[in-house]
Amino acid sequence: MTEVFQAGLPFGLFPGGGLKIRFDKLGIVIAIIAASGLVFSTFAVLKPNRILQGQAKTILEALPAWAGYGLLILLIAAIAAALFRTSPWIKLIAAAASLTALALAIGYAAGFLTPAGNTYARVSPASGFWILIFAFALLAADALTRLQPPPWMRVLFLCITAIGIAALLFSGSWNGLSIMKEYAGRADVFWTEAGKHVTLALGSLFAAALVGLPLGILCHRVSSLRAGVLNTLNLVQTIPSIALFGILIGPLAWVALNVPGAAALGIRGIGMAPAFVALFLYSLLPIVANTVVGLAGVPREANDAARGIGMTDRQRLFQVEFPLALPVILTAIRIVLVQNIGMATIAALIGGGGFGVFVFQGIGQTAMDLVLLGAVPTVALAFAAAVVLDALIEMNSRVPNGVSAA
Amino acid sequence: MKAWLPTILRGLLFVVLVAFLLSPTTFEPVLKPLVDTNAPAIYNQGSLLDLTLQHLSTVFIATLVAIVVAILLAILVTRPFGAEFLPLSRSLVNIGQTFPPVAVLALAVPAVGFGEKPTLIALFLYGLLPIFENTLTALTNLPRSVMEAARGSGMTNFQRLMKVELPLSLPIIVAGIRLSVTIGLATATIGSTVAARTLGEVIIAGLQSNNLAFILQGGLIVGALAVLIYDGLSAVEKMLTRRLGIA
Amino acid sequence: MIEIDAITKRYDDNTVVDNVSMVIEPRTVTVIVGTSGSGKTTLLRMINRLVEPTSGVIKLDGEDNRAIPGHELRRRIGYAIQGHGLFPHRTVAQNIATVPTLLGWEKSRIDAKVDELLTLFQLDPKTFGPRYPHELSGGQQQRVGVARALAAEPNVLLMDEPYGALDPIIRAKAQEDLLAIQKHFGTTIVLVTHDMNEAFHLADKIAVMDKGRVLQYGPPEELVRAPETPFVETLIGDTERPFRLLAIAKAGAAAEPGEAEGEPIREDKTQQEALADLLWTGRSALPVVSASGAPMGRVTLDALLKRATRPSGSAR
Ligand SMILES: Nc1ncnc2c1ncn2[C@@H]1O[C@H](COP(=O)(O)OP(=O)(O)OP(=O)(O)O)[C@@H](O)[C@H]1O
Ligand SMILES: [Mg+2]
Repeated sequence: MTEVFQAGLPFGLFPGGGLKIRFDKLGIVIAIIAASGLVFSTFAVLKPNRILQGQAKTILEALPAWAGYGLLILLIAAIAAALFRTSPWIKLIAAAASLTALALAIGYAAGFLTPAGNTYARVSPASGFWILIFAFALLAADALTRLQPPPWMRVLFLCITAIGIAALLFSGSWNGLSIMKEYAGRADVFWTEAGKHVTLALGSLFAAALVGLPLGILCHRVSSLRAGVLNTLNLVQTIPSIALFGILIGPLAWVALNVPGAAALGIRGIGMAPAFVALFLYSLLPIVANTVVGLAGVPREANDAARGIGMTDRQRLFQVEFPLALPVILTAIRIVLVQNIGMATIAALIGGGGFGVFVFQGIGQTAMDLVLLGAVPTVALAFAAAVVLDALIEMNSRVPNGVSAA
Repeated sequence: MKAWLPTILRGLLFVVLVAFLLSPTTFEPVLKPLVDTNAPAIYNQGSLLDLTLQHLSTVFIATLVAIVVAILLAILVTRPFGAEFLPLSRSLVNIGQTFPPVAVLALAVPAVGFGEKPTLIALFLYGLLPIFENTLTALTNLPRSVMEAARGSGMTNFQRLMKVELPLSLPIIVAGIRLSVTIGLATATIGSTVAARTLGEVIIAGLQSNNLAFILQGGLIVGALAVLIYDGLSAVEKMLTRRLGIA
Repeated sequence: MIEIDAITKRYDDNTVVDNVSMVIEPRTVTVIVGTSGSGKTTLLRMINRLVEPTSGVIKLDGEDNRAIPGHELRRRIGYAIQGHGLFPHRTVAQNIATVPTLLGWEKSRIDAKVDELLTLFQLDPKTFGPRYPHELSGGQQQRVGVARALAAEPNVLLMDEPYGALDPIIRAKAQEDLLAIQKHFGTTIVLVTHDMNEAFHLADKIAVMDKGRVLQYGPPEELVRAPETPFVETLIGDTERPFRLLAIAKAGAAAEPGEAEGEPIREDKTQQEALADLLWTGRSALPVVSASGAPMGRVTLDALLKRATRPSGSAR
């Protein structure tokens, strides 16, 4: 790994002198992106109401002078930190400071720009803000990649970020922003839909694991089943999600009508039930396939030794095969969870609820802040799930799978 | 008998698909039982064939651009010059995959407006990741002995790339393309929610008018396309692998 | 005691082990040799019922090995396989503790056993206990594999090419360890190998297998003196025969009264080593001493050459 970081071309600022300052190539890219966000783009938009086009403002226009110049100086310092070859920790701190400052500034700009007493005017982040966020997120990602923090530290960083965002939300410093005004109008609905979203994503994952793991084990042991099961699940995967959601409406409506007690369980033709079943069906393939692959990857000698040593089939499964296959199975869980969180947005199209409700309402009303209200939590949730599960996977594969002498 | 059965089934699927697209009304009796007596059983707000071609061309264009960009990027970060970007590009691919398609689609709308464009952007971004990831994997895992031999036989860097690295990586790259196209075919249907003309239109029309036949025909056409293209690309991949003697 | 009685294993029409009968005495080392695919592994695995025989009976201390469930049988029999088969997700200590844990031993007893075995194999329990298998060298992994097989103090230890992957020096060391441990615990060992030197070094009795049959089963000396088939003769090696004879006998056994000059040889070295010493130093006689250094007479070149000559009873 290390030689990768040293591979950049060092070029001196002062060709004749002894003092050499080394540029970081990625830093140059980040600096260009950030500079374009600072110079050529605007920071915030002020719209007369939630739908009309608005007026774009630069950083200095959107903030009082002290804050505007303060932010500029901070960002330029951070760009400098990105530009030169310094310790990844310095880069990480620079990125974190910039991101925090940008988050505070956009909230402050909202209060500053909104005319007093005007309840219709909306302030949203403009392209420059997003470009800057992207640039510094890139810087943070690069610093983290170079630091290679252990799994627990990554989860810690995630928690710190989450707490920071929660603090900003609770402190009300973003309340002037358009997206928060959209939220304020539907706080109750938001949390109901959030609950549904999580239920759909996690519930279907849970159900799929409950069915998929035993099915995977069965496919591993009974090889004649394998191809049939995997091909069928593969076929399910090719049906586009909206179609599968729709196709399931029919059978579930029939079940609700004809199976006693089904309706009482919340099974309906439209709503959460078909979405749940669809997500469940999509989740099965990765779980079953990876269980099979994971079990097949258990070293033959380990299995042989387990039997030779006198383990029963069950003991061998739980003490040898399963722990060794765990990283591969967890990878499937990660894929499925991230995929389900994303796909659960589509449930809104068939009345299944979830964050998709805001996305599609927003698209319908061309109210982009409402779209954001649905999209941002979805992305955040998927991202958090990925970080946590990646950490779990790494912790479980500390022992390289199947390493043997030879 | 086992060996040719799948081929026959695929041929059959292809014939049925083409027949359905050319003359959907012939299949009306099959779909009729799924709808109320008065409702149409075959999509009637446009030609299915047109929509299918439109769907395919959207996916095709997005994938083509994605292939070019992904391979160029992967080549860049695996050269000494771009080596500094390699670790980050890996992380970015990882992060990029956590963005749900609907979110990408919806967020592209303010930038480019409704219609084909946001769909193309979402498909492009989604298509990029698997191809980039596979190309990267292939280029970074080439057999060391072969690389040494290539260097030893006096090839320039560029010759090594074109004559050894890329040809050897081709099967894995094709596998990435296959994955990317399959995802793209399904994701394109969601494009209809932002007014792109794809087969998603048929499904959404079905959802809105509670017409199971519409949903089914839209879904099955996309499914059939996905199966056929997936199998086609699998065959290409197998052929390449065999030719390289890797199998 | 292991009594193998007319055991046969067939896969479809392919007879892999063909009507084999042999008796393995307790507290001895029996080595099975033979070409690849001759059925050695299969025979071994029928003893602990990893493979179920098509016909025939195997008795352990007079009890049919099918009298108890297979997994319980295997907990009583140690099994060390080629490539060690350590569990990669468990530490060295956990690996060794596997069978005692399955048997429900108390924790303190298990810990004591693990420490004892690691010490016995010259692996420091503090250093090596918490390591994972991939953090050990091949030779260390091998020793842990054998330690694991011995953990529940089995009467019988089955070993399938346990030293296949080891370099000659570590292999020799491992063989010494094995003999020491066999003495220490009085274990009955059945070992499969391809290496004839290893076989002659370790075996009380050797079984030669070819195409599923046991061609000859007897003490090493008998195999050299009276090979029953040309195959056995080839396996032992035409040019190696005299040296094999010397290799299985101790220098002490060839000692005669008398004096000799120069560096002495210990009586527990083999006669082959004594011969090598004589040839290399250009002497005609060597002093022999006991392990404690007490003089025991001498070995002469002439005496060794006589001992290496074809025995008169032998046909070829
Ligand atoms: N499960 C099985 N099914 C079918 N044939 C088998 C099976 N196990 C072993 N055989 C066959 O039985 C024969 C003997 O195998 P075995 O493993 O006992 O040989 P071996 O003497 O241990 O060989 P090696 O020295 O190469 O380990 C081989 O021809 C092998 O192909
Ligand atoms: Mg064998």
